[in-house]
Formats: sequence, structure tokens, C-alpha cells
Amino acid sequence: MEHEVDKRSFYEVKKGFMSWAITLDHKRIGIMYLVSVLIGFGLGGLFALALRLELITPDKLFMADKMYNQSFTLHGAIMVFLFIIPSIPASFGNFMLPLMLGAKDVAFPRLNLASFHIFLLGAAFLVLSIFLGAVDTGWTFYAPYSLHTDTSVVCAVFGAFIMGFSSILTGVNFIATIHSLRPPGMTWFRMPLFVWALYSTSILQVLATPVLGITLLLLMVERVMNIGIFDPSLGGDPVLFEHFFWFYSHPAVYIMILPAMGVMSELVTTFCRRNIFGYKYIAYSSIAIAVISFLVWGHHLFVSGQSDFASMLFSLLTFLVAIPSAIKIFNWIATMYKGSIDAKSPFLYFVAFILLFCIGGFTGIVLGSLSLDVNLHDTYFVVAHFHYTMMGGVLMAFLGAVHYWWPKMIGKMYNELLAKIACFLIVIGFNVVFFPQFLMGAKGMPRRYHVYDPEFHVYHVISTVGSWILAVGFIMVLYYLIQSLRNGEKAPDNPWGSLTLEWKTTSPPILENFESTPSVTCGPYEYKGSPS
Amino acid sequence: MSELDSKFIKHEVAHHFESAEQEFDTAKLGMWTFLGQELLFFSALFVAYAVFRFLYPAMFLEAHRHLSVNMGFLNTIVLLISSFTMAMAIRSAQVSNKKHTFIYLLVTLVCAGMFMVVKYMEYMEKFHHGLLPGRWFTGEGTSEVLHIFFGLYFCLTGLHGIHVLIGMGLIIWLLIRTQKGEFYSEYYTPVEMVGLYWHLVDLVWIFLFPLLYLVG
Amino acid sequence: MNQKADSLVDKGGVWFSEPISTYAAQSDSLFYFILILSIIMFFAIGFVMFWFMIKYKRTEERPEADGQLIHSNFLEISWTVIPTILCLFVFYWGYKDFLTMSIPPVDAMEIRVTGQKWFWEFETADNGLKTTGEFAVPVNTPVKLIMTSKDVIHSLFVPNFRMKRDVVPNRYTRVWFEAEKTGSYKLFCTEYCGDAHSKMLATVHVLSDEDYEKWVDKNLSSDSVPLDVIGKKVFDVKCSICHSTDGSKKVGPTWKGLFGSKRVFEDGTSLVADDDYIKESINEPSAKIVSGYKGIPMTSFLGSVSDREIDGLIEYMKTLK
Repeated sequence: MEHEVDKRSFYEVKKGFMSWAITLDHKRIGIMYLVSVLIGFGLGGLFALALRLELITPDKLFMADKMYNQSFTLHGAIMVFLFIIPSIPASFGNFMLPLMLGAKDVAFPRLNLASFHIFLLGAAFLVLSIFLGAVDTGWTFYAPYSLHTDTSVVCAVFGAFIMGFSSILTGVNFIATIHSLRPPGMTWFRMPLFVWALYSTSILQVLATPVLGITLLLLMVERVMNIGIFDPSLGGDPVLFEHFFWFYSHPAVYIMILPAMGVMSELVTTFCRRNIFGYKYIAYSSIAIAVISFLVWGHHLFVSGQSDFASMLFSLLTFLVAIPSAIKIFNWIATMYKGSIDAKSPFLYFVAFILLFCIGGFTGIVLGSLSLDVNLHDTYFVVAHFHYTMMGGVLMAFLGAVHYWWPKMIGKMYNELLAKIACFLIVIGFNVVFFPQFLMGAKGMPRRYHVYDPEFHVYHVISTVGSWILAVGFIMVLYYLIQSLRNGEKAPDNPWGSLTLEWKTTSPPILENFESTPSVTCGPYEYKGSPS
Repeated sequence: MSELDSKFIKHEVAHHFESAEQEFDTAKLGMWTFLGQELLFFSALFVAYAVFRFLYPAMFLEAHRHLSVNMGFLNTIVLLISSFTMAMAIRSAQVSNKKHTFIYLLVTLVCAGMFMVVKYMEYMEKFHHGLLPGRWFTGEGTSEVLHIFFGLYFCLTGLHGIHVLIGMGLIIWLLIRTQKGEFYSEYYTPVEMVGLYWHLVDLVWIFLFPLLYLVG
Repeated sequence: MNQKADSLVDKGGVWFSEPISTYAAQSDSLFYFILILSIIMFFAIGFVMFWFMIKYKRTEERPEADGQLIHSNFLEISWTVIPTILCLFVFYWGYKDFLTMSIPPVDAMEIRVTGQKWFWEFETADNGLKTTGEFAVPVNTPVKLIMTSKDVIHSLFVPNFRMKRDVVPNRYTRVWFEAEKTGSYKLFCTEYCGDAHSKMLATVHVLSDEDYEKWVDKNLSSDSVPLDVIGKKVFDVKCSICHSTDGSKKVGPTWKGLFGSKRVFEDGTSLVADDDYIKESINEPSAKIVSGYKGIPMTSFLGSVSDREIDGLIEYMKTLK
């Protein structure tokens, strides 16, 4: 097996378009995913800004009713399918998983490339649908509305269907990688917690996504051929669609948040130089979330006409799934105890995550309570809740991951001062956008309303102004990252003094990842002073 | 091994694996995981079936009489035989018997083809009697929602049929590679993986047959 | 219609609108309970986190951690068990209130509700009174709504009552309430249902017993009202979302100058709009689709507009020159 190792970084080994388009290297695929999801985020963000601008007046400002409905549908669909679901697992997961395990690649590199191409194909259909009469169904595609609207539902749904397979194949790949490609000494409980998070995410991807696939397939067949499964005018059951849809889409929110939680474990240990508090509790709580999350989908249907008994069970299970998330937060805080805390920008995103995700979690408790959900369901309270978890949670973790792994992935440093200012702007802007939405939602402002009662005007104005602050924050991030790409200072191999394996190789890594297969003799976070 | 070398193309272990054994185990694990998702993929249709059977039990009883139990039974036998020959093909590849591998794969392919022909005949008969899903339904029956059964019937058997077609494509691919001599005792991963897939396709049919043809 | 209704924002506390139904206040108190717990937890977590950040700040002299505490059964058990107990308590409270909300009293007065793109229709079972876009109930009386939809899924939401339920085609869903205070309250559709989803509003009038009788009488005796006035009333609540009277294009064609004009259809045929054509277009909209309006088929109003109301609409249309 001995052979000469190419010591150039993986960027330099080959160049040109084809070296990217047909690469089997997990690092290049990770980078391509990163670029794709960032484009998706930009696109979804533009829709968000347009929506907020439109809502600055109670009546029509510049969008017709239909255009508004199309815009919020596209904002949702793009953010969910093109950004949040693939954001951390597909980009950082692909790049970091083999590095963190000490492997040379993922288990099935060709499958990995195929899932990226499938992802692009699906994304192309979704984007194409914008030009063929953008969908106006809401990202949930509820039947029977989606069966009869004249917009390009089939094209968009087909895009989501295809992207589902990309997600499944990535999940299969990661599970096989984690089981089989651990080098000698890398036992299950020596794996970094990000890997545990990816593992539980993959289980969800493999077991939940196919149900979305078949549901969307049935929706397309129903729309084209009127087979009468979801269409009430043919004897079908539209609530069955809701059950199928949420059987996937609730686990999907954990597909989104679990990797984010994995990133948090990496950030807190590195920037506190601390061994993680309660390793096994954090690892097992990921698995617990993955399992329980399959059994809570009905909490989206408390007012849809399912039986009271079913609602009771779903509510109970919903409260149970909150516990593992709480355990994680407490363990992270305990990890900070007696640490040596360096509040660099990635760590600031950790702090932002904890604060915003707590608010998201507490309002989740509110919405999980049956009697309160009746009042708050489908109001802006729900909108604010999921933005606090998805944006305050996943996006903060994503930005934390970008700042944390940027030196490793790109090989350059960024402007730390600007990064800190941008982080503050984003957190402040975020709260200005979404906190008023809790208040107006509780007061009764329904979601997906193009024109609204003028008494809600003041809340909407504040929210819209917040969206501009948020936009400035993101533009700043974009600015200094581009600046770093062009003439950033060269990054050392291990700028943060972290112990996990990805920092043991060069920045950026060589093609084979490591010069020789690393051997692992201790846990991932055994900083100075750890009990042996 | 030296004798084998001349007859077979030696398999190179991919660079990120330590050994052929590790590579094989990984592929097998990946395949099982994939089959898990396949089951979930079909499961939603089975749930839809259960929901509508619960809603309209009498309609299901009436509808299933329009299906030919004999044809369904024939297809069940054909698929069971194909599963057996598939297993034998894997066995033959494990003992580096190229000729037997090829023959067993070919028999499997023929069985799959027979299944599709029978299915085609059944479909044609349904088309002829207007026993079609939803809006297209023109058949005769007392139940107003008879079309839902045929909606489910065509979705379930259609999706299964697509899986059979994909399986046939995979078997043809195996036949070509077998002919080239790529499979032998130390490398037969693709044969084993397609075999697993084929058993799943068979298994799904084992569920479909009683659910659709033997109601009541 | 909605202008008369009580403000949701000005009345009530910071969080909720004024509680009007019997179960509203009880439901709100669970929210305040969770809110207080959350505030305590949020500030506790935030305080500890920032305190650690300051106290254990990395410095030149202190580059490494002081200690590596990584395990404490006591802590793990306490922060698992305590939140679990709290959650189960909150669950039970919410479930108990939910049962109150979902099981109507047996003697409740029944109102049938039909949702259709994009308006609400209400029919009081006792007196057969049919209204659109508003309905009235007597104060301190339990009322049960039996709801269904004619097209897509809608959802009926009255914030003041803390009451919401989806309205699903092909099946009936039920909610109930008992209003404790007279006034007019806003009703929203909260399940996205298409273009004019945000305009699918209605008003609930909670009236004293005498006022309720008067309201019923006034609305039942519409026979003496001139036809074009009836037509305008029906138009305002059922047609105006999609059709204009000033010549502008909405979801459907404008009514201005429609009557007596030549209509050209998608299939190339044409005719002059007369009484029969108007009636057919209301009851069977897809029979003749005006050229350029193929996109969103209008839902049939068969059964939801009476013959007399159709006559009224035609008379009203004639006034729009």
C-alpha cells in the first residue's frame, strides 16, 4: 500500500471545469454543495426581502395577490429544499466527515458525485418552475389546492422529488462511511460529536425522505391523471396528504437542526479548550431525537380534524422530543465551566444559537400544548417560531461552521473584526424581524396574508425594517469572505488549536486527506488537563 | 489463483478501502440501507391502501373481483422462481463458475420478462373494460368510488413494475460484466447487491398479491 | 364589514386579544405560565453563559482550561428529570383545556358553516337564516359550528374566542364556543386557499337576546327589499373579490357594461350576455369560459345563491353601465 503522497492541496492537484464537474473527491463535492446552497440562500433571501417590503403597507404595494402567494411559496420551497436541508450535512458533512474520521473519502465516492448531480437536476426543475408560472401553493403543497391551481406545480414538485433522492443517497453514503471507514482506534465513542449528529441525520434522511418522495409522486400523478387518492371531489382524502407530508417534513426539521447541533459541540469544545461535558448524553440525545421525531408529525394537524386521541398522543410525544434538545443545551453550557474561552466569531455564533434556539424551543413548548396551538396555529406566531429554530438555529450554526472551517476549507483567514460586527448585526436584525411576529401572531394575525388588517401595521413595519438590518449583515459577511478569498492571510493548519482530526492535516487538505492514516488513541476533545 | 487469473479480470480495491473485505462489507451495508428506504418508499402506498380499505370496505370487495387471481398467482410463481435463480447466480459467482452465473442470470431475466408480459396482458384487459383510475374510469360497477381501488392498483403495480424494469436493466448489466469475466470468488459485489434488490422486488410483490387480488 | 369589529390589538394584553369565549382566559393562563418559566430559564441560561464567558475569558496567563469536568450524574439526571416533569405538567394542562375546547355541550345552538373561495356562509339551524360574511349569536349561549368546504381546505379562526378548526371538503368538522361579552369579532381564514385568501374574512356579532331577535327578524325579511339592492349586497360579499364594477381586471372579468355585451369564449364561440347566460355562469361557471380567463376556474355557486339572489345580481349588473 505504500506510495508517494501528493503534498499539494486538493485545489492544486487538478484544475479546470472538468476537474470539478466529475470529481470524486469529497472535498470538492463539499465545496460545490457549499456554493450551491449559498446561491440558494441568496435566492430565497431575495424573495424574503421582497415579501417583507410588500408587507410594509397593509394593502397592495407592488405585488398582486397571486404574485405575493408565489413569492412566499418560492421563499419557503427554496429555503427548505435548496438551502436548509443540504446546508450543513451536504456541504460541511461531505467535506469534514472523512477528515474528522481520519478516512480518505466517503464510502461511495461515485454515488456522492451522483447525488450532487441529482441535487443540481432537482434544483434546476425547481428554478425552472419559477419561469413556467411559479407555484402558489405554499411550500407544503397541500391538496386539494395544489391539484387545481394553474401554476407549475408538477415541475416544482418534481424538482423536490428529485432532490429527495440526492438527500437519501447522501444519507446512505454517510451511514456506510461512519460504519466502515473508521481507522484503527476510532471507536464509536471517540468520534467527534459532529459525526454523531451526521449519523443520526442520515438515519432520518434515509427513512423519512422516501415517504416524501412517494407523496410528491402521488401528488403529481393525482394532478396529471386524477386518480382520486387526495382529491375530495373524487372521493379522496386531502388530510391523508397532510399526514404523509408531515411524516417526512417533521423529521425534516431535525434533518436540518441535528447537524447544526453537531456544529455547536465542535465550536464549544474548541473555543473553550474544554473536553465536552456529557459526551454520551449528547451523542445519545441525537439518536433519541432521530427516533422520536418520526412519531410527532401529527402536531401539525391539531386543528385539521384528526381524532382528539391522536392529538393527545402527538402532543405528548412532542414534549418528549423537546427533552433531548434541552439536555444538549445544558451540556454545552456546562462545557464552558472552567474553560479557557476565546470569543472568536465562530463562538459568537454559538452564543447566538443558544439564545435564539432557546426562544425557538420555548415557543415550541407553547405550540406543542394542545389548547394553545388551537389559537396560534397558522398565525405569525408559528412563522416566528420556526424562523427562530430554523434561522436562529440552523443558520447561526451554518454561519458558525462557515467561520470555523473556512481556514481549513479555503486555506485563508478572514477579517475577524468585520466578522464580529456582522454577527451582531445579524442577531439584532434577526430579532427585529421576528420578535414582533410573535406578538402579532398571538394577537391573531394569520400567516400567508397578502393584505392585512391595518391594526397590525406597526408590527409589520418594524419587521420589515429588521429585514434590512439583516440584509446588511449578510452583505457584510459576503464582503469579507470574498475579500478573504482574494487576499486573505494564509491560514495555519490549526488556527483555533482544535484537537479533532481535520485540523491535523494541512489547510487546505491534501488530496488524500492525510499523509498517513492517523491512528486514534483518545477521545476527540481531550484538551490539556482532561482526566485520562 | 493463477488459474483464475487467466479467466477473470482482477478487481482493484478502491483507494480509500484497506481491503476487499472492507469494501464488500461497506457495499453491503450501503445496499441494506438503500433497501430500507425502498421499503419506506412503498410503505406510504400501503398506508394509503389501508386507509381507503378502511373507508370503503365494500368497494374493495367488489373491485378485487375484476382482477384475475390466476394471472396474479402465475406472476407470483414466476417471481419466486426468479428469486431462486438469482440466489443461485450469486452462489455460482462465489465459486467462480462463470457459465452457471450467466445461465442463472439469464433465467432470472427471462422470468422478469414473463412477469412483465403477464402484467401487460392484465393492464390491457383493464384498459379494455375502462377499469381505470379517477377521471378515466368508465367501467361498470355499483360502487361510486370504484376508481379509487384502480388508482391504488395502478400506482402500486406500476411502481412495482418500474422496479422490475430497473431490475431487468441491472441484470442485463450483470450479464455483460459476467461475460467479460469480472465476477469471481473474490469479487462478486454487484451480483450480490442486485440480488438483494431483486429479493426486495419479489418481497413487495408477495405483499401486493394478497392485498390486491385476495381481498375478502 | 370588518371595520365595525373590535380591535384585536388595542384591547387585551400585550400578547393576546381580549378573551371573549368561556375557555379563552383559561387557555391564556397556560401561555403565561409557560412564558414565566421560559423567561426564568432564558435568563438563567443567558446569565450563566455570559458569566462563564467573562469569568473564564482566555488570557495570556490562562491559555488553557482550569479544569476538565466532564461528567456529573447529578447534573445530567436533574436537567433531564426536571424539564420532563415540567413538560408533562404543561402537556396535561394543555390537553385538559383542549378537551374543553373540542367537546361541545349537548344543548348547543347549531350553525352550519360553508367555506368557499373566498367567503364564508352561515346558516342558523333553528330559524333557517342564511347570511354571508357575518353571523350573529346570542351572548352566553353555547354555539356549535358544523363546517364544510365546497372547494379547497379553509380554516375558521376567531382570535377573540381562541377558536380555530380546518374546514375540509367532503367531510364535516366541528367547533364550539360560548361568548361572554357582546360585540363584533373578527373571523379569519387561516388555511391558505389561493389568491384572495387574505380577503376571506367575516364578522361574528355577539348580541344580547333582544338584539339577536331583532337581527334575525331584520335579516329574515328581505322580501320587500328591491332586487338590485339584494344584488349589490350579494355582490359585495360573494363576487367583489374576483369581479370589479369599475372596468378593472381582477381574477375574473369586470361586471361594468357586462350585461347585454357580446361575450367571446375560450372555444371561439360567442353570444350576447342575457339573463340565462348570467344564471348559467353563476351555477355552472365552466360551461362557458370568457376568452383570457382559463387560468382559475370559478367555483360553482349552485345552491349557495338563491334564484331570487340571482335575479338581484342581474338587476344590479344592469345598473353598472
